[in-house]
Amino acid sequence: MSTATATADTHHDHDPHATNTGISNNKLAMWLFLSTECLLFGALISTYLLYKTRGNGGVLPTDIFDIPFTSVSSFVLLMSSLTMVLALSAVGRGDMDRGKAWLLVTAMLGGVFIGGQVYEFTSFYREGLGYTSNPAASAFYTLTGFHGVHVSLGILMLMSLWVSAQQGKLTPNNAETVEIVGLYWHFVDIVWIFIFTVIYLIPPA
Amino acid sequence: MTIIDEPLALESGETYAEKPLGILTRPQAQGGWKDWVSTVDHKKIGIMYGVAAMFFFVVGGFEALLIRTQLAFPDQGFLSADLYNQIFTMHGVTMVFLFIMPLAAAFANYLIPLQIGARDVAFPRLNALSFWVWLSGAIFLNTSWIVGGGGANCGWFCYSPNSGIVFSPTHGVDFYAIGLLITGIASLVSAVNLIVTCLNMRAPGMDLMRMPVLTWMLLVTQFLLAFALPVITVALLLLLFDRTFDSQFFDPDAGADPLLWQHLFWIFGHPEVYIIILPSFGIISEVIPTFSRKPIFGYTAMVFSGIAIGFMGWGVWAHHMFVSGIGPISVAAFSLATMFIAVPTGVKILNWLTTMWGGKLHFTTAMLFATGTVAMFTIGGLSGVTHSLAPADTQQTDTYYIVAHFHYVIFGGGVLGLFAGAYFWWPKVFGHFLNERRGKINFWAMLIGFNLTFGPMHVLGLQGMSRRIDTYSAGYGFDFWNLMSTIGSYLIAVSVLVFFYNVWKSKKEAVDLPPPGPDPWDARSLEWSVPSPTPEHNFDEVPRVESFDHWWFQKYEIDDDGKVVRIAETEAVAQDGSATGVHLPSPSFWPLVLAIGLPLIGYGIIFNLWLCVVGGLLTGGAIYAWVFEPVDDPDAGHDHDDHHDDEDGDDELTAVGAGSAGDEDGEG
Repeated sequence: MSTATATADTHHDHDPHATNTGISNNKLAMWLFLSTECLLFGALISTYLLYKTRGNGGVLPTDIFDIPFTSVSSFVLLMSSLTMVLALSAVGRGDMDRGKAWLLVTAMLGGVFIGGQVYEFTSFYREGLGYTSNPAASAFYTLTGFHGVHVSLGILMLMSLWVSAQQGKLTPNNAETVEIVGLYWHFVDIVWIFIFTVIYLIPPA
Repeated sequence: MTIIDEPLALESGETYAEKPLGILTRPQAQGGWKDWVSTVDHKKIGIMYGVAAMFFFVVGGFEALLIRTQLAFPDQGFLSADLYNQIFTMHGVTMVFLFIMPLAAAFANYLIPLQIGARDVAFPRLNALSFWVWLSGAIFLNTSWIVGGGGANCGWFCYSPNSGIVFSPTHGVDFYAIGLLITGIASLVSAVNLIVTCLNMRAPGMDLMRMPVLTWMLLVTQFLLAFALPVITVALLLLLFDRTFDSQFFDPDAGADPLLWQHLFWIFGHPEVYIIILPSFGIISEVIPTFSRKPIFGYTAMVFSGIAIGFMGWGVWAHHMFVSGIGPISVAAFSLATMFIAVPTGVKILNWLTTMWGGKLHFTTAMLFATGTVAMFTIGGLSGVTHSLAPADTQQTDTYYIVAHFHYVIFGGGVLGLFAGAYFWWPKVFGHFLNERRGKINFWAMLIGFNLTFGPMHVLGLQGMSRRIDTYSAGYGFDFWNLMSTIGSYLIAVSVLVFFYNVWKSKKEAVDLPPPGPDPWDARSLEWSVPSPTPEHNFDEVPRVESFDHWWFQKYEIDDDGKVVRIAETEAVAQDGSATGVHLPSPSFWPLVLAIGLPLIGYGIIFNLWLCVVGGLLTGGAIYAWVFEPVDDPDAGHDHDDHHDDEDGDDELTAVGAGSAGDEDGEG
């Protein structure tokens, strides 16, 4: 105890949030969580690749993909990453009005993507591709559905941030919270780039 | 370290001006059940993990005795074939997911912060969440006996299409899938939490290569958990969707590939083997040096062989599938990989033996269990190498030889090591010893019972006795060894009873015995520098670590002749636990509330979707309540200036309290 008093002076300038790695606990946890998500989506994508030609005599997802439509909704999702960055930058600068606006725009772009997915699922279903039709259909809906759930949770987080900002609880001091939600959001986008390329663009052999 | 004349700041809810949503103050209970259900203290959570794990050890052990009773004599009808299937399935699931993993989690929770010189884990509330979610999943899984029409009956790896609705029409498999999903969430959260703790919360000077081997092995385990669990999560979800929503993932008639399940399961399942064994390796790497009076031999090799096992554990999963027709190239590749993984494991065994070589050996109960672990694991490892030879494995698959092998690895290598840890750290956790004489009876009964149970299974397997059969006919040469095995299993049960008696009796006797003091074994790592039992705030002042085995070098130094010289009495250099006013994270009820919601969603999926709504509201509400729960105010309750005079370990804890409201919970 006595040594502590002696050394106390040297610690006045100590950063209270210092960690061994220099990365905050919250951010490191999010990075780790996202790395586990890679395995989750990896397993789902592998499942789809194994099953993509197994139509059991029925319609295959690759038969009815509407590439132009999905390209547009993919573009919308990618743009939401840009607005996410703009939101973080605005909050970091202390420009809460712009920050809130960009958060809202990001959530709305995500919502447009989800709307597109609902439309896509509905039209696929009308064309005879039900969830239980064949292994390819089950794998396709499960993979893209899981991604959709991830986007939806992201929208929920963005809206929570926006509500907090409206109530004045989200301040420039919490910029890191926005950054962490942003990490999640960008990850979900990157996963979609994989899904769109591997599932939609590469034709079946 | 400043001294403030106040109780430990556990009740930091007291001065909040702001109460978002009106009801969200932090609980203030000290003592009593409310304290336990709202605690975020890593030590209390560790103890709760241990108690719950031992409860399920009894459950799983009871199931094992039923199995052995059925098999004691040929042509018995003690259990019906169907019930037998359920019992051996639930025995495996219970022992793996509800006993060994949580018991390892108990050690991880209690010891990691202490060994790295931290006051708690990185996310104390998430830590509580892990425990409660795991417990709710464990209870959920076992309620299938009551409301699910019996337990799962598909074996612990639940191969498709046997696990489908056609061949497993009761709800047992649904409970298996959802129960393991829930416990998986718990382990995943815990893995992220403990990895961040190890990477971010170390005391000044505690470099990664100064961390005790136990902490290293637990860190590797958490990485394995973090990357293995998402794969089993996907597999279980696909199974659940097949059974609940009629998807077509595992129905061969619809063109699905049943091997998909095997691959997904074993990509998780083989790392799982190392998830089970590495904590035990870590424990005996602490016990053996302490009782050999020598530092661990080849610390660096010990750490890197653990990491190597962690990496190579991902490349051997298909050796569980040699007879499934995966093709000669796959078989050859996985066969070679399986032989290679014996190398880092062999390095570890060598290092334990060379640590003991020339040491002053003290065979306490903990040391007996540790050496027993090394010996039994070596036998299990060697029979494992025989499986790597695919032609031999083809003969051994699905025989009792396999059962013998994995029990030598998991029980001999895993459980004995965990018992070594229990005897070793008991005085640190509870402030009194476990009686050594009863401990030695416990050890020898367990060791003899274990070998009597599982040794004969090698013979039975090589004679061709198939595993998972509910009975056998007389005259195949199975009778004698099965009876021996059954007698052995009851001896194990006796040894476990001796352990429980020892726990109860030692506590009663402790009042008449001198307290163990901070460092009863004259050990080497930081947890022995604080009083026993560990004070709520762990360290009075956060240690400044100058070397590996820092605590030991506080007591001893090596003189110019290479001789060990005592330089200080333990009491003189140990902390006395007298610090007050240390900021500790406040308790919270929300982890428990969140955890109660998840099994409700599970029951909802099986029985009535409306229950999902209730469970979902509970879980979702708890997440929001959690996020907006007031964080610990670092300056609440005492003078502002004092805070800035504090040690930096204290400041780290400030970051801890504020850090708990992470967004990653949104995934729960």
